[in-house]
Amino acid sequence: MAGLISRGFLGRRRPAEVEDRLPPGQYLVTDFPVLSAGPTPHTPLDRWSFTIEGLVRSPVTWSWDEFQKLASQTYTVDISCVTKWTKLDTKWLGVSVDTLLEAVQVDPIARYVMAYSDGGYTTNLPLDEMVKGQAFVAYQFDDKPLDPVHGGPARLVVPHLYFWKSAKWIRGLRFMERNQPGFWESLGYHIHGDPWKEERYSGD
Amino acid sequence: MQSVLEWQAGTVRAIRPETKQTKSFTLALPNWMVHRPGQHYDVRLTAPDGYQTERSYSIASPPEQVGELELTVERIADGEVSPYLHDVLVPGDQLEVRGPIGGYFVWEVSLGGPLLLVAGGSGVVPLMAMLRHRAAQHSTVPTRILYSSRTADYVIYHDELDGLAASDRAFEAFYTFTRQPPAGWTGYRRRIDTAMLGEVIKPFDKRARVYVCGPTLLVEAVANALVQMELPIEQIRTERFGPTGA
Repeated sequence: MAGLISRGFLGRRRPAEVEDRLPPGQYLVTDFPVLSAGPTPHTPLDRWSFTIEGLVRSPVTWSWDEFQKLASQTYTVDISCVTKWTKLDTKWLGVSVDTLLEAVQVDPIARYVMAYSDGGYTTNLPLDEMVKGQAFVAYQFDDKPLDPVHGGPARLVVPHLYFWKSAKWIRGLRFMERNQPGFWESLGYHIHGDPWKEERYSGD
Repeated sequence: MQSVLEWQAGTVRAIRPETKQTKSFTLALPNWMVHRPGQHYDVRLTAPDGYQTERSYSIASPPEQVGELELTVERIADGEVSPYLHDVLVPGDQLEVRGPIGGYFVWEVSLGGPLLLVAGGSGVVPLMAMLRHRAAQHSTVPTRILYSSRTADYVIYHDELDGLAASDRAFEAFYTFTRQPPAGWTGYRRRIDTAMLGEVIKPFDKRARVYVCGPTLLVEAVANALVQMELPIEQIRTERFGPTGA
Protein backbone atom coordinates (compact mmCIF):
# COMPACT_ATOMS: atom_id res chain seq x y z
CA MET A 1 0.00 0.00 0.00
CA ALA A 2 1.43 3.35 -1.00
CA GLY A 3 1.79 6.02 1.60
CA LEU A 4 3.07 9.49 2.15
CA ILE A 5 6.80 9.27 2.82
CA SER A 6 7.38 10.29 6.44
CA ARG A 7 10.16 12.89 6.41
CA GLY A 8 13.19 11.55 8.24
CA PHE A 9 11.73 8.10 8.94
CA LEU A 10 13.87 5.10 8.14
CA GLY A 11 12.22 2.45 10.27
CA ARG A 12 13.54 -0.47 12.17
CA ARG A 13 14.60 -3.34 9.95
CA ARG A 14 14.78 -6.95 10.93
CA PRO A 15 16.30 -9.95 9.20
CA ALA A 16 14.35 -10.96 6.09
CA GLU A 17 13.31 -14.27 7.63
CA VAL A 18 11.56 -12.33 10.42
CA GLU A 19 10.30 -9.52 8.19
CA ASP A 20 8.61 -12.06 5.91
CA ARG A 21 6.56 -13.36 8.83
CA LEU A 22 5.20 -9.93 9.80
CA PRO A 23 1.83 -9.10 8.20
CA PRO A 24 1.51 -5.55 6.76
CA GLY A 25 1.59 -2.75 9.34
CA GLN A 26 2.58 -5.09 12.18
CA TYR A 27 5.61 -4.86 14.48
CA LEU A 28 7.37 -7.58 16.42
CA VAL A 29 7.01 -8.03 20.19
CA THR A 30 8.74 -10.47 22.47
CA ASP A 31 6.49 -9.89 25.50
CA PHE A 32 2.80 -10.84 25.48
CA PRO A 33 0.55 -7.76 25.59
CA VAL A 34 -2.91 -8.03 27.15
CA LEU A 35 -6.05 -6.46 25.70
CA SER A 36 -9.58 -7.00 26.85
CA ALA A 37 -12.70 -4.91 27.09
CA GLY A 38 -13.70 -5.66 30.68
CA PRO A 39 -12.74 -7.49 33.86
CA THR A 40 -10.99 -10.85 33.60
CA PRO A 41 -13.40 -13.68 34.47
CA HIS A 42 -12.17 -16.24 37.00
CA THR A 43 -14.35 -19.30 36.50
CA PRO A 44 -13.43 -22.18 38.83
CA LEU A 45 -12.53 -25.33 36.92
CA ASP A 46 -15.28 -27.35 38.63
CA ARG A 47 -17.82 -24.95 37.14
CA TRP A 48 -16.16 -24.74 33.72
CA SER A 49 -17.60 -26.57 30.73
CA PHE A 50 -17.27 -26.46 26.97
CA THR A 51 -20.30 -26.84 24.71
CA ILE A 52 -20.86 -27.32 21.00
CA GLU A 53 -24.36 -26.28 20.02
CA GLY A 54 -26.48 -24.65 17.36
CA LEU A 55 -26.77 -26.49 14.06
CA VAL A 56 -25.60 -29.87 15.31
CA ARG A 57 -27.66 -33.04 15.68
CA SER A 58 -27.23 -33.13 19.43
CA PRO A 59 -25.23 -30.63 21.43
CA VAL A 60 -22.32 -31.91 23.48
CA THR A 61 -20.83 -30.54 26.70
CA TRP A 62 -17.54 -31.47 28.30
CA SER A 63 -16.55 -30.80 31.90
CA TRP A 64 -13.00 -29.59 32.56
CA ASP A 65 -11.85 -33.12 33.43
CA GLU A 66 -13.48 -34.59 30.35
CA PHE A 67 -11.95 -31.88 28.19
CA GLN A 68 -8.49 -32.68 29.55
CA LYS A 69 -8.93 -36.27 28.40
CA LEU A 70 -9.51 -35.28 24.78
CA ALA A 71 -6.56 -35.81 22.44
CA SER A 72 -4.37 -32.73 22.67
CA GLN A 73 -1.42 -31.53 20.67
CA THR A 74 1.22 -28.85 20.82
CA TYR A 75 1.18 -25.97 18.39
CA THR A 76 3.88 -23.40 17.61
CA VAL A 77 2.27 -20.51 15.79
CA ASP A 78 2.70 -16.80 15.00
CA ILE A 79 -0.05 -14.52 16.31
CA SER A 80 -1.01 -11.01 15.19
CA CYS A 81 -3.17 -8.57 17.14
CA VAL A 82 -5.15 -5.86 15.35
CA THR A 83 -3.47 -3.36 17.71
CA LYS A 84 -0.37 -3.97 15.56
CA TRP A 85 1.80 -6.40 17.47
CA THR A 86 2.90 -9.78 16.17
CA LYS A 87 4.48 -12.45 18.32
CA LEU A 88 6.37 -15.28 16.63
CA ASP A 89 6.60 -18.94 17.63
CA THR A 90 4.09 -18.95 20.49
CA LYS A 91 3.80 -22.39 22.00
CA TRP A 92 0.43 -23.83 23.02
CA LEU A 93 -1.14 -27.08 24.10
CA GLY A 94 -4.75 -27.62 23.20
CA VAL A 95 -7.46 -29.60 21.48
CA SER A 96 -7.98 -29.25 17.75
CA VAL A 97 -11.44 -28.11 16.68
CA ASP A 98 -11.33 -31.15 14.36
CA THR A 99 -11.17 -33.36 17.45
CA LEU A 100 -14.12 -31.55 19.03
CA LEU A 101 -16.15 -31.96 15.86
CA GLU A 102 -15.71 -35.75 15.97
CA ALA A 103 -18.16 -35.71 18.89
CA VAL A 104 -21.01 -34.03 17.00
CA GLN A 105 -22.81 -34.27 13.71
CA VAL A 106 -22.81 -30.81 12.16
CA ASP A 107 -25.81 -29.89 10.03
CA PRO A 108 -24.56 -29.46 6.43
CA ILE A 109 -26.21 -26.02 6.26
CA ALA A 110 -23.91 -24.71 9.03
CA ARG A 111 -21.28 -22.39 7.55
CA TYR A 112 -20.34 -20.09 10.43
CA VAL A 113 -19.44 -20.42 14.07
CA MET A 114 -19.96 -18.05 16.97
CA ALA A 115 -17.39 -18.58 19.70
CA TYR A 116 -18.70 -17.44 23.10
CA SER A 117 -16.96 -16.79 26.37
CA ASP A 118 -17.33 -16.07 30.05
CA GLY A 119 -18.04 -12.38 30.49
CA GLY A 120 -20.27 -12.29 27.39
CA TYR A 121 -17.56 -11.96 24.72
CA THR A 122 -18.36 -13.38 21.29
CA THR A 123 -16.59 -13.60 17.94
CA ASN A 124 -17.70 -15.05 14.61
CA LEU A 125 -15.71 -17.28 12.28
CA PRO A 126 -16.29 -19.15 9.01
CA LEU A 127 -16.59 -22.89 9.73
CA ASP A 128 -14.22 -23.80 6.90
CA GLU A 129 -11.50 -21.74 8.61
CA MET A 130 -11.89 -23.63 11.88
CA VAL A 131 -11.21 -27.14 10.54
CA LYS A 132 -8.24 -29.04 9.11
CA GLY A 133 -5.89 -27.98 11.86
CA GLN A 134 -6.60 -24.25 11.56
CA ALA A 135 -8.03 -23.72 15.06
CA PHE A 136 -7.70 -25.19 18.55
CA VAL A 137 -8.87 -24.65 22.10
CA ALA A 138 -5.72 -24.06 24.16
CA TYR A 139 -5.28 -24.55 27.90
CA GLN A 140 -1.49 -24.30 28.17
CA PHE A 141 0.89 -21.59 27.02
CA ASP A 142 4.64 -22.09 27.24
CA ASP A 143 4.16 -25.39 29.10
CA LYS A 144 2.14 -23.73 31.89
CA PRO A 145 -1.60 -23.49 32.54
CA LEU A 146 -2.95 -20.54 30.56
CA ASP A 147 -2.97 -17.38 32.69
CA PRO A 148 -6.46 -15.85 33.15
CA VAL A 149 -5.28 -12.52 31.67
CA HIS A 150 -4.40 -14.40 28.50
CA GLY A 151 -7.73 -16.21 28.41
CA GLY A 152 -7.30 -19.07 30.86
CA PRO A 153 -8.50 -21.57 31.73
CA ALA A 154 -9.01 -22.04 27.97
CA ARG A 155 -9.05 -19.86 24.88
CA LEU A 156 -9.67 -20.38 21.22
CA VAL A 157 -6.60 -19.93 19.02
CA VAL A 158 -7.04 -19.24 15.32
CA PRO A 159 -3.56 -18.10 14.32
CA HIS A 160 -4.31 -17.08 10.74
CA LEU A 161 -6.79 -14.40 11.82
CA TYR A 162 -6.27 -11.30 14.00
CA PHE A 163 -6.08 -12.35 17.61
CA TRP A 164 -9.44 -10.91 18.70
CA LYS A 165 -10.88 -13.95 16.86
CA SER A 166 -9.01 -16.18 19.32
CA ALA A 167 -11.65 -15.77 22.02
CA LYS A 168 -10.32 -15.72 25.58
CA TRP A 169 -12.23 -17.57 28.34
CA ILE A 170 -14.04 -19.63 25.72
CA ARG A 171 -16.99 -21.74 26.82
CA GLY A 172 -18.40 -22.95 23.55
CA LEU A 173 -19.02 -22.84 19.83
CA ARG A 174 -22.43 -22.22 18.28
CA PHE A 175 -22.86 -23.36 14.67
CA MET A 176 -24.90 -21.06 12.42
CA GLU A 177 -26.16 -20.95 8.86
CA ARG A 178 -25.58 -17.21 8.36
CA ASN A 179 -22.69 -15.02 9.40
CA GLN A 180 -23.37 -12.73 12.38
CA PRO A 181 -21.03 -10.18 13.91
CA GLY A 182 -19.59 -10.90 17.35
CA PHE A 183 -18.52 -8.32 19.94
CA TRP A 184 -15.75 -6.40 18.16
CA GLU A 185 -17.26 -7.10 14.74
CA SER A 186 -20.33 -5.11 15.90
CA LEU A 187 -18.08 -2.23 16.97
CA GLY A 188 -16.38 -1.43 13.69
CA TYR A 189 -13.87 -4.25 13.40
CA HIS A 190 -13.67 -6.42 10.29
CA ILE A 191 -16.13 -9.28 9.93
CA HIS A 192 -13.32 -11.66 8.83
CA GLY A 193 -9.97 -10.29 10.10
CA ASP A 194 -7.16 -11.67 7.91
CA PRO A 195 -3.92 -9.91 8.95
CA TRP A 196 -2.23 -10.63 5.59
CA LYS A 197 -5.03 -8.73 3.84
CA GLU A 198 -4.97 -6.13 6.63
CA GLU A 199 -8.68 -6.67 7.32
CA ARG A 200 -8.63 -4.57 10.50
CA TYR A 201 -11.78 -2.53 10.36
CA SER A 202 -15.20 -2.71 8.76
CA GLY A 203 -14.72 -1.69 5.13
CA ASP A 204 -11.01 -2.61 4.87
CA MET B 1 -17.99 3.16 11.36
CA GLN B 2 -19.79 1.93 8.28
CA SER B 3 -17.53 3.53 5.69
CA VAL B 4 -13.97 2.65 4.79
CA LEU B 5 -11.52 4.32 7.12
CA GLU B 6 -9.27 6.09 4.65
CA TRP B 7 -5.73 7.12 5.46
CA GLN B 8 -5.35 10.88 5.42
CA ALA B 9 -2.38 13.20 5.77
CA GLY B 10 -2.78 15.41 8.81
CA THR B 11 -0.64 18.50 9.16
CA VAL B 12 1.12 18.99 12.48
CA ARG B 13 -0.13 22.31 13.90
CA ALA B 14 1.49 22.19 17.33
CA ILE B 15 3.63 19.98 19.52
CA ARG B 16 3.36 20.54 23.25
CA PRO B 17 5.49 18.81 25.87
CA GLU B 18 3.27 17.47 28.67
CA THR B 19 5.86 15.72 30.83
CA LYS B 20 9.45 14.61 30.27
CA GLN B 21 8.13 11.48 28.58
CA THR B 22 5.00 12.68 26.83
CA LYS B 23 4.09 15.20 24.16
CA SER B 24 0.79 16.23 22.65
CA PHE B 25 0.56 16.51 18.88
CA THR B 26 -2.19 18.63 17.35
CA LEU B 27 -2.98 17.71 13.76
CA ALA B 28 -5.25 19.49 11.29
CA LEU B 29 -7.15 16.82 9.35
CA PRO B 30 -8.49 17.39 5.82
CA ASN B 31 -11.22 14.78 6.38
CA TRP B 32 -11.94 15.34 10.06
CA MET B 33 -14.70 13.18 11.50
CA VAL B 34 -16.46 13.52 14.82
CA HIS B 35 -15.22 10.86 17.27
CA ARG B 36 -16.46 9.39 20.53
CA PRO B 37 -14.27 10.16 23.55
CA GLY B 38 -12.15 7.09 24.28
CA GLN B 39 -11.58 6.16 20.64
CA HIS B 40 -8.17 6.04 18.96
CA TYR B 41 -6.48 6.74 15.66
CA ASP B 42 -3.96 4.65 13.78
CA VAL B 43 -0.73 6.35 12.75
CA ARG B 44 1.31 5.08 9.79
CA LEU B 45 4.92 5.90 8.98
CA THR B 46 6.44 5.18 5.57
CA ALA B 47 10.19 5.06 4.80
CA PRO B 48 11.55 6.13 1.39
CA ASP B 49 11.81 2.48 0.27
CA GLY B 50 8.16 1.80 1.07
CA TYR B 51 8.67 0.15 4.47
CA GLN B 52 5.69 0.95 6.70
CA THR B 53 4.73 0.51 10.29
CA GLU B 54 1.61 1.45 12.23
CA ARG B 55 0.63 2.18 15.81
CA SER B 56 -2.61 3.07 17.59
CA TYR B 57 -2.82 6.16 19.82
CA SER B 58 -5.69 7.36 21.97
CA ILE B 59 -7.36 10.62 21.08
CA ALA B 60 -6.84 13.31 23.73
CA SER B 61 -9.01 16.01 22.16
CA PRO B 62 -12.78 16.22 22.57
CA PRO B 63 -15.09 15.87 19.56
CA GLU B 64 -15.95 19.53 20.09
CA GLN B 65 -12.46 20.45 18.80
CA VAL B 66 -13.68 20.46 15.21
CA GLY B 67 -11.16 19.92 12.40
CA GLU B 68 -8.33 18.94 14.73
CA LEU B 69 -7.03 15.83 16.35
CA GLU B 70 -4.81 15.79 19.40
CA LEU B 71 -2.79 12.70 20.28
CA THR B 72 -0.74 12.49 23.47
CA VAL B 73 2.11 10.03 23.02
CA GLU B 74 4.54 8.62 25.55
CA ARG B 75 8.10 8.24 24.28
CA ILE B 76 9.12 4.59 24.51
CA ALA B 77 12.93 4.54 24.61
CA ASP B 78 13.36 1.47 22.43
CA GLY B 79 10.27 2.18 20.35
CA GLU B 80 10.13 2.64 16.61
CA VAL B 81 7.34 5.19 16.20
CA SER B 82 7.15 7.24 19.42
CA PRO B 83 10.84 8.36 19.23
CA TYR B 84 10.18 9.50 15.65
CA LEU B 85 7.15 11.51 16.77
CA HIS B 86 9.04 13.01 19.71
CA ASP B 87 12.45 13.65 18.15
CA VAL B 88 11.88 14.16 14.41
CA LEU B 89 8.39 15.49 13.81
CA VAL B 90 8.01 19.30 13.78
CA PRO B 91 5.06 21.62 13.14
CA GLY B 92 4.31 21.78 9.43
CA ASP B 93 5.17 18.09 8.87
CA GLN B 94 2.56 15.71 7.61
CA LEU B 95 1.52 12.56 9.42
CA GLU B 96 -0.70 9.82 8.00
CA VAL B 97 -3.58 8.76 10.22
CA ARG B 98 -6.90 6.98 10.00
CA GLY B 99 -9.77 6.79 12.43
CA PRO B 100 -11.62 7.19 14.66
CA ILE B 101 -11.52 3.55 15.75
CA GLY B 102 -13.04 1.60 18.63
CA GLY B 103 -16.55 1.56 19.99
CA TYR B 104 -16.55 0.05 23.47
CA PHE B 105 -14.14 2.07 25.59
CA VAL B 106 -16.12 5.25 24.95
CA TRP B 107 -18.06 7.62 27.12
CA GLU B 108 -20.20 10.52 26.09
CA VAL B 109 -22.48 12.81 28.06
CA SER B 110 -25.59 10.94 26.85
CA LEU B 111 -24.38 7.79 28.65
CA GLY B 112 -24.63 9.61 31.98
CA GLY B 113 -22.99 8.66 35.23
CA PRO B 114 -21.89 8.83 37.90
CA LEU B 115 -18.55 8.43 36.20
CA LEU B 116 -15.36 7.05 37.73
CA LEU B 117 -12.19 7.24 35.64
CA VAL B 118 -9.15 5.28 36.78
CA ALA B 119 -5.83 5.96 35.10
CA GLY B 120 -2.32 4.60 35.34
CA GLY B 121 0.43 6.62 33.64
CA SER B 122 -0.35 7.55 30.05
CA GLY B 123 -3.62 5.61 30.39
CA VAL B 124 -5.06 8.99 31.32
CA VAL B 125 -5.15 10.08 27.66
CA PRO B 126 -8.49 8.59 26.51
CA LEU B 127 -9.99 9.57 29.88
CA MET B 128 -8.92 13.16 29.28
CA ALA B 129 -10.87 13.16 26.01
CA MET B 130 -13.93 12.15 28.07
CA LEU B 131 -13.30 14.92 30.62
CA ARG B 132 -12.73 17.56 27.94
CA HIS B 133 -15.92 16.49 26.20
CA ARG B 134 -17.80 16.58 29.49
CA ALA B 135 -16.50 20.11 30.18
CA ALA B 136 -17.27 21.30 26.63
CA GLN B 137 -20.85 20.07 27.07
CA HIS B 138 -21.13 21.73 30.51
CA SER B 139 -22.22 18.36 31.82
CA THR B 140 -22.97 18.06 35.51
CA VAL B 141 -22.58 14.27 35.62
CA PRO B 142 -20.83 13.56 38.94
CA THR B 143 -17.32 12.51 37.97
CA ARG B 144 -14.12 11.48 39.71
CA ILE B 145 -10.73 10.52 38.42
CA LEU B 146 -8.25 8.39 40.34
CA TYR B 147 -4.86 8.77 38.68
CA SER B 148 -1.79 6.74 39.61
CA SER B 149 1.67 8.05 38.69
CA ARG B 150 5.21 7.30 39.77
CA THR B 151 5.91 10.89 40.83
CA ALA B 152 4.35 14.30 40.22
CA ASP B 153 6.68 14.74 37.21
CA TYR B 154 4.84 11.95 35.47
CA VAL B 155 1.36 13.44 35.83
CA ILE B 156 0.02 14.39 32.40
CA TYR B 157 -2.53 17.27 32.20
CA HIS B 158 -1.91 18.05 35.88
CA ASP B 159 -2.81 21.77 35.68
CA GLU B 160 -5.79 21.12 33.47
CA LEU B 161 -7.17 18.45 35.82
CA ASP B 162 -6.67 20.71 38.85
CA GLY B 163 -8.28 23.59 36.96
CA LEU B 164 -11.29 21.47 36.09
CA ALA B 165 -11.61 20.31 39.68
CA ALA B 166 -11.43 23.90 40.95
CA SER B 167 -14.08 25.20 38.57
CA ASP B 168 -16.50 22.28 38.57
CA ARG B 169 -18.14 21.14 41.79
CA ALA B 170 -19.27 17.88 40.18
CA PHE B 171 -15.70 16.84 39.35
CA GLU B 172 -12.93 15.73 41.70
CA ALA B 173 -9.39 14.58 40.93
CA PHE B 174 -7.57 12.11 43.19
CA TYR B 175 -3.90 11.33 42.69
CA THR B 176 -1.74 8.58 44.04
CA PHE B 177 2.06 8.43 43.77
CA THR B 178 3.72 5.05 43.74
CA ARG B 179 7.36 6.15 44.09
CA GLN B 180 7.88 9.66 45.41
CA PRO B 181 5.00 11.93 46.38
CA PRO B 182 5.55 15.68 46.15
CA ALA B 183 6.79 17.48 49.28
CA GLY B 184 4.04 17.95 51.84
CA TRP B 185 1.73 15.52 50.08
CA THR B 186 -1.01 14.19 52.34
CA GLY B 187 -2.92 12.13 49.79
CA TYR B 188 -2.45 8.57 48.56
CA ARG B 189 1.07 7.24 48.18
CA ARG B 190 0.74 3.63 47.05
CA ARG B 191 -0.51 1.50 44.19
CA ILE B 192 -4.27 1.59 43.73
CA ASP B 193 -5.83 -1.06 45.96
CA THR B 194 -9.31 -2.09 47.02
CA ALA B 195 -9.38 0.25 50.03
CA MET B 196 -8.41 3.28 47.94
CA LEU B 197 -10.87 2.40 45.23
CA GLY B 198 -13.58 1.91 47.86
CA GLU B 199 -12.99 5.41 49.23
CA VAL B 200 -13.03 7.10 45.85
CA ILE B 201 -16.06 5.24 44.55
CA LYS B 202 -18.03 5.58 47.80
CA PRO B 203 -20.47 8.38 46.87
CA PHE B 204 -21.24 6.63 43.57
CA ASP B 205 -21.50 3.13 45.01
CA LYS B 206 -22.64 0.47 42.57
CA ARG B 207 -24.15 2.98 40.19
CA ALA B 208 -20.73 4.06 38.95
CA ARG B 209 -19.76 3.65 35.32
CA VAL B 210 -16.07 2.94 35.44
CA TYR B 211 -13.41 3.33 32.75
CA VAL B 212 -9.98 1.96 33.59
CA CYS B 213 -6.95 2.55 31.41
CA GLY B 214 -3.33 1.83 32.19
CA PRO B 215 -0.75 -0.92 32.45
CA THR B 216 -2.11 -4.44 32.64
CA LEU B 217 -1.24 -4.97 36.31
CA LEU B 218 -3.12 -1.83 37.35
CA VAL B 219 -6.13 -2.61 35.16
CA GLU B 220 -6.31 -6.17 36.46
CA ALA B 221 -6.11 -5.03 40.08
CA VAL B 222 -8.77 -2.35 39.63
CA ALA B 223 -11.16 -4.45 37.56
CA ASN B 224 -10.88 -7.41 39.95
CA ALA B 225 -11.52 -5.14 42.95
CA LEU B 226 -14.59 -3.64 41.26
CA VAL B 227 -15.96 -7.12 40.55
CA GLN B 228 -15.42 -8.01 44.22
CA MET B 229 -17.38 -4.88 45.16
CA GLU B 230 -20.19 -6.37 43.06
CA LEU B 231 -20.22 -3.64 40.49
CA PRO B 232 -22.08 -5.04 37.45
CA ILE B 233 -19.44 -6.07 34.90
CA GLU B 234 -21.18 -4.22 32.08
CA GLN B 235 -20.39 -0.99 33.96
CA ILE B 236 -16.64 -1.73 33.93
CA ARG B 237 -14.77 -0.95 30.73
CA THR B 238 -11.06 -1.46 30.39
CA GLU B 239 -8.24 -0.60 28.07
CA ARG B 240 -4.79 -2.01 28.74
CA PHE B 241 -1.28 -1.75 27.50
CA GLY B 242 1.99 -3.43 28.24
CA PRO B 243 2.97 -6.97 29.08
CA THR B 244 1.65 -9.00 31.99
CA GLY B 245 4.89 -9.41 33.87
CA ALA B 246 7.22 -6.98 35.53
